[in-house]
Amino acid sequence: MNASWSRFNITAIVLGFAFLYLPIVLLVIFSFNESKLVTVWGGFSTKWYVSLFNNQGLMDAAWVTIRVGLVSATLATVLGTLAALALTRYTRFRGRVLFSGMVFAPLVMPEVITGLSLLLLFVAVGLDRGFFTLTLAHITFSMCFVAVVVQSRLVTFDRSLEEAAMDLGAPPVKTFFQITLPVILPAIISGWMLAFTLSIDDLVISSFTSGPGATTLPMKIYSQVRLGVTPEINAACTILIGIVAIGVIAASLVNKRREVQRLRDEQAAQRG
Amino acid sequence: MKSLGNIRREFAPWNQPDAKPYIQFKNVTKRFGDFTAVNNLSLSIYEREFFALLGASGCGKSTLLRMLAGFEEPTSGQILLDGQDLRGIPPYRRPVNMMFQSYALFPHMTVEQNIGFGLKQDGMAKADIDTRVAEMLKLVKLSQFAKRKPHQLSGGQRQRVALARAVAKRPKVLLLDEPLGALDKKLREETQFELMDLQQTLGLTFVVVTHDQEEAMTMADRIAILDKGEVMQVATPAEVYEAPGSRFVADFVGNINMFEGKVAERDGAGATIASANGVTIRTANAGDAPAGTEVTFAIRPEKIKVSSKKPEGGDNVLEGEVYDIAYLGDMTIFHVQLGNGQVVKASSLNATRGTEDPLSWDDKAWISFRNDAGVVLTR
Repeated sequence: MNASWSRFNITAIVLGFAFLYLPIVLLVIFSFNESKLVTVWGGFSTKWYVSLFNNQGLMDAAWVTIRVGLVSATLATVLGTLAALALTRYTRFRGRVLFSGMVFAPLVMPEVITGLSLLLLFVAVGLDRGFFTLTLAHITFSMCFVAVVVQSRLVTFDRSLEEAAMDLGAPPVKTFFQITLPVILPAIISGWMLAFTLSIDDLVISSFTSGPGATTLPMKIYSQVRLGVTPEINAACTILIGIVAIGVIAASLVNKRREVQRLRDEQAAQRG
Repeated sequence: MKSLGNIRREFAPWNQPDAKPYIQFKNVTKRFGDFTAVNNLSLSIYEREFFALLGASGCGKSTLLRMLAGFEEPTSGQILLDGQDLRGIPPYRRPVNMMFQSYALFPHMTVEQNIGFGLKQDGMAKADIDTRVAEMLKLVKLSQFAKRKPHQLSGGQRQRVALARAVAKRPKVLLLDEPLGALDKKLREETQFELMDLQQTLGLTFVVVTHDQEEAMTMADRIAILDKGEVMQVATPAEVYEAPGSRFVADFVGNINMFEGKVAERDGAGATIASANGVTIRTANAGDAPAGTEVTFAIRPEKIKVSSKKPEGGDNVLEGEVYDIAYLGDMTIFHVQLGNGQVVKASSLNATRGTEDPLSWDDKAWISFRNDAGVVLTR
């Protein structure tokens, strides 16, 4: 392969990255704008960050978002892991194909339909819309993502590990908690993180299933933007981007370091 | 009858009529859907025996092992261990331990924790576990690796951790599934002897599954040769090699030349065999095959002598031409084509450097063998 920097390569990379990141960069820059007009640069300032933290409405929404995210991600992880286990382990039960299709359907289901159907359900059973229904809805749609992530790990899981544990005297439940769970834990954690991320940035389903007093940050931002974008919103988004970026970078650094360590260990082992 | 092979065996409970088998398979059948993995199989294994299940892949040997361990239940039949019926006893309550082909070391635990895992499940006191683990580590010479994780070990070291973990609980029976399959040739040979020593030291019963006949021959007291879920022969390595019970066993173990033919004439214990392609063979032991029976005369390559000159006298002398030569260093294998077109393999040990009687391709050659060198097979 020719790895040199041809003009074509450079152009492609610049265009690609510009397409992806230019809007974000603009948003970050304008969050430090002195002017109240979003698209006119009026000098550097951090005043919008200060006013953001004084905006009780936005702060309440952020708090709701985090609570919903934590609770729904955790419950979705438990349910999703159980679904993944059932689908990979009990391969011969009747209707398995149908069941696995049904678990993954929400992945491709338009959010509007998921949201609307959940709303109809909540109304039908007479549940008051609010924090509880919001959390339920988030669990519903993020569970299948967890199931996919965990299932892909379980497919490559060496079943003889469990057999070895049982052979050495561990009953099935102990085997699960001492062997299976620790081995698939990284996949479960990524599943949780995925579910959390999906939950904190969901707008459509939240709009359908939320009620008074349970407005999430995306909903709040969206409703404010309809009244005109304020630099405050830019600041809020910049903080969100910062948190996500730090998380992603930290995770990849940890992974990278672990990979390097592992390689080094393996080479050392080969040398004896 | 003289002893087969050159090993004198003092341990041979299978020859004692009053010896009680330790493990018994009684008419065991195992089906997976339409596929019959084990077919009405009966087998006895004795205490402290090193027993090998040998066969090609899919012959049911691993299924037998997994039924002993408790991962599979027989479809019908009975498995007894020390007189106790194992049916319905889950793997975690069976007094057997298994060493897995993939080793199945727990990746998130250190070597120490791996070895101590089974002891912990038994609720052994921490101090006792530590003592036993240290003892096991010493046994497999891995004491300085106690704190390492499995991925920090070489293949040979992992194999020894798996072994130490499987014997740490002092099981009644140790099951080994292709224990040396993942090692390279040199390491495998060394490890074979280590395994045998370990078995002697611990006084355990070993049941090993292997597809490698050399491995089975080296290590086992007795070998069961399996094919399509059935036992073809159970015997000591020497018996399996020198007195195979059937054409399948003769062909499966080692190299062999086969002459299809009929018993032309009986002469006491011996007989004259007329092969279908016109060779007459005199043998001193033809079993109980009466004259006229279709038989196969089978003879191992190393029992056939090749020479460029016609040997004086001798029981069986056949003329041919050198068709192919394989020089292996320690020995040379000659493929000699007889007048009737059949190719006979004869190997000669290169006991000295160079030979008085060098043979080349297409040379005229005589093969000769004694009348007690081959076996007559009726099955």
